[in-house]
Amino acid sequence: MSDIVLETRGLKRRFGAFVATNDVSLTVERGARHALIGPNGAGKTTLINLLTGVLPPSEGQVFLEGEDITGLASFRRVKRGLTRTFQINQLFETFTPLETVCLAIAEREGIAHRLWSAMAGYARVVEEAGDLLARFGLASVMGERTSILPYGKQRLLEIALAFASRPRVLLLDEPAAGVPEDERHEVLSIVADLPKDVTVLLIEHDMDLVFSFATRISVLVAGAVFAEGSVAEIAADPRVKAVYLGENA
Amino acid sequence: MTMVQQEALVSRQSSDAAAEGRAVRLMKRRSRIRIYEIVIWLAAVAAYFLLPSKMLILTEIAILALFAVSLDLVLGFAGIVSLGHAAFFGVGAYAAGLLALHYTAEPVIGLFVAALVAGLLGFLTSFLILRGSDLTRLMTTLGIGLMMAEVANQMAWLTGGADGLSGFSLNPILGLFEFDLYGKTGYLYCLAVLFVGMMIMRRIAFSPFGLSLKAIKSNPMRAGMISVPARKRVVVVYTIAAMFAGIAGALLAQTTSFVSPDVLAFHRSADVLMVLTIGGTGYLYGGVFGAVLFTLVKDALSVVTPQYWMFWIGLILVVLVLIGRERLNRWAAYLPERLSGKEREQ
Amino acid sequence: MLTILFDGVAYGMLLFILACGLTVTLGLMNFINLAHGAFAMAGGYVTVVMMNRYGISFYWCLPAAFVVTAIVGLVLERTLYQWLYRADHLDQVLFSIGLVFMAVAGADYFMGGQQQLINLPPELSGRMDVGGVGIGRYRLFTIVVCAILALVLQLILSKTRFGCRLRAAVDDRRVAMGLGINVPLVFALTFAFGSGLAGLGGAMGAEILGLDPNFPLKFMIYFLIVVSVGGTSTVSGPFLAAMLLGIADVAGKYYVPAIGPFVIYALMIIMLILRPDGLFSRGSGR
Repeated sequence: MSDIVLETRGLKRRFGAFVATNDVSLTVERGARHALIGPNGAGKTTLINLLTGVLPPSEGQVFLEGEDITGLASFRRVKRGLTRTFQINQLFETFTPLETVCLAIAEREGIAHRLWSAMAGYARVVEEAGDLLARFGLASVMGERTSILPYGKQRLLEIALAFASRPRVLLLDEPAAGVPEDERHEVLSIVADLPKDVTVLLIEHDMDLVFSFATRISVLVAGAVFAEGSVAEIAADPRVKAVYLGENA
Repeated sequence: MTMVQQEALVSRQSSDAAAEGRAVRLMKRRSRIRIYEIVIWLAAVAAYFLLPSKMLILTEIAILALFAVSLDLVLGFAGIVSLGHAAFFGVGAYAAGLLALHYTAEPVIGLFVAALVAGLLGFLTSFLILRGSDLTRLMTTLGIGLMMAEVANQMAWLTGGADGLSGFSLNPILGLFEFDLYGKTGYLYCLAVLFVGMMIMRRIAFSPFGLSLKAIKSNPMRAGMISVPARKRVVVVYTIAAMFAGIAGALLAQTTSFVSPDVLAFHRSADVLMVLTIGGTGYLYGGVFGAVLFTLVKDALSVVTPQYWMFWIGLILVVLVLIGRERLNRWAAYLPERLSGKEREQ
Repeated sequence: MLTILFDGVAYGMLLFILACGLTVTLGLMNFINLAHGAFAMAGGYVTVVMMNRYGISFYWCLPAAFVVTAIVGLVLERTLYQWLYRADHLDQVLFSIGLVFMAVAGADYFMGGQQQLINLPPELSGRMDVGGVGIGRYRLFTIVVCAILALVLQLILSKTRFGCRLRAAVDDRRVAMGLGINVPLVFALTFAFGSGLAGLGGAMGAEILGLDPNFPLKFMIYFLIVVSVGGTSTVSGPFLAAMLLGIADVAGKYYVPAIGPFVIYALMIIMLILRPDGLFSRGSGR
């Protein structure tokens, strides 16, 4: 057995009578580029919500580096190195990107409870934020209000923000969703160049991106894991083609 | 974008010195003192010399301003709508009054005791507002406010019940400045306390802590995802806000040498919400602007219709909301915009 | 003991009728209407004026109180409330507090600040003795009327086309519009109906709860507790919450007068600690 970072056992989530996540047992290896695919409504985002504590599961457990984190609040999971981006931007609209990232870094460094010095007083935090924003191509807009940024820039900030927490496991929920074609390239190259020591679980519809990025793929259908394997195995699996690729072809 | 740039993009070793420098500059600018802040304080001091006959109303404004700014920490920063902020104001007033009556008549000690007592109440009740929706919080804050009023009413042996608490007088402040009949000392005293309180709250507002509060208000789910411990932060800010509200209450008790049960009344909680709304939330000085406007309007109304000014206040509230707070606050757009550091770099 | 229970039930029933309109605006339209008590007060004053000034029978006053407040509600909904359905909660709170202030001052201006009394018809006043339990006739009347209303309400919401449309309009406004449901009309009628019920509750409650210009402020907390403890997704939730609150309040004031006023707050706090999402809420997502 190789090194497993993230694992779920028998994870279930019901909304009334509807089972959105049905008995999902998933393992993600350290450093993996793991993709989670499936048709619309397969329960991909619900699964991410369960992993990150946005929703509590109806049954089952989530383990991060061998420890049961099922009952932990989101912010505690982040502290332990598990974070995510959102399919639909979840940003602080009135903040500037700089403020946003500074806060995330301050929280990571455990200084965000301090209420006596201005944020500007923590030069190391601010410098790191400036540096991070530059690396994500946001240097020129770091002082603008987030809500007025172009969508592609907001997407980048979404990823930069998750990154500011220095995750060991990063869940990307359709990072390129809704990004216009001309800004898309920038987002994709960022995703492709994420540091190798960060384990990435990617939810994506774009098959080109999935096949070029992932080393391992899980297919989710109707809330359950339908198939799992290497890229080659999944690409060759006729059942997957039938339920999923066939749809897109 | 060239290939080289792309490679540098996510690599950890390289750092962008220009971006770092710019980030630091922008951040510094964010918490810089603005010109209008200086103007406000100068105006407040000038009022002392220019309006010697208006000391009482000026004092009223200063107290209300401190009260409203404390609510801004809760509402404008943490995003909690409270219908019971007067609980802390009233408790502070009673604490200061009782202290002066039974123990020591030193005003500054009174402020500290009031802050302590109100802060304790804020700390204890903060746990009740942590969960639930806006509605539950409205119920809780309103309920706690009413409950404190009922407590004061029932414990007449301590609080004087419906007659209020009177018969105490204050020593000179720090043994130096005696309260005078015209309220001149009273005004300067309140102004000084407001100034100190404001400067403290200002530091909090621009600190990482203040930023994390705004994150909780703006998007609680995302705040959790950058590991902001929302509950802890709310407990802390609610306690701090309660302390300052308590200090405001203590100022009222000390400058009027009287504590009426009215300090805990519901309308006080509603008034302070309105004050803050008029002035704008989330940048502290809204409480000051609002207090000035509200007090002047209320004063004018109570001259015209002594008994029914409440009707007009209500009407103003309704109109205010229908016009739209956003649109209304644009008159002050220059001020808050600058304070929250949204201006562009030249 | 049973008498207390009986009074508590009557009180709770009244609270339910008073608050259920708020349940609808709040739960279904997501509007925090703190001025709900003002509609109840309006109903009360309608009854007082009709009975005491024009000598109209109490039995006619009740439907009149319903109709008049419903019309007032309808007018206000069309002119003012409808603009604020999607405003944030702070706006709604400020707006409705403004209305409360106006109502309080207005009632004071027109009716005076004193407690209003109504003379109940003789067959409703006094007590009767049923199996050794003293039962106020008026309270019995209240319980019967309110129970019927509660049943009717439940039926309307669950069984009729209108209830169906209302739930659709609330679930997804745009889809409901697409289905040809006149959402603004549905909302306006619902609001009017809720206001009318409050008016009716105010009219019936004038005897038990008292009626003076501060009514909307005094009972605001009761309404909020009923709605937030009972939840807004069902009729039975607020009903049970209102009963609990009514019985606890009456019993508290009777048995332990010294701390009687605190019973409701104690109840509120216990509830918050035990079930912060409401006593009867369905196990929801977050």
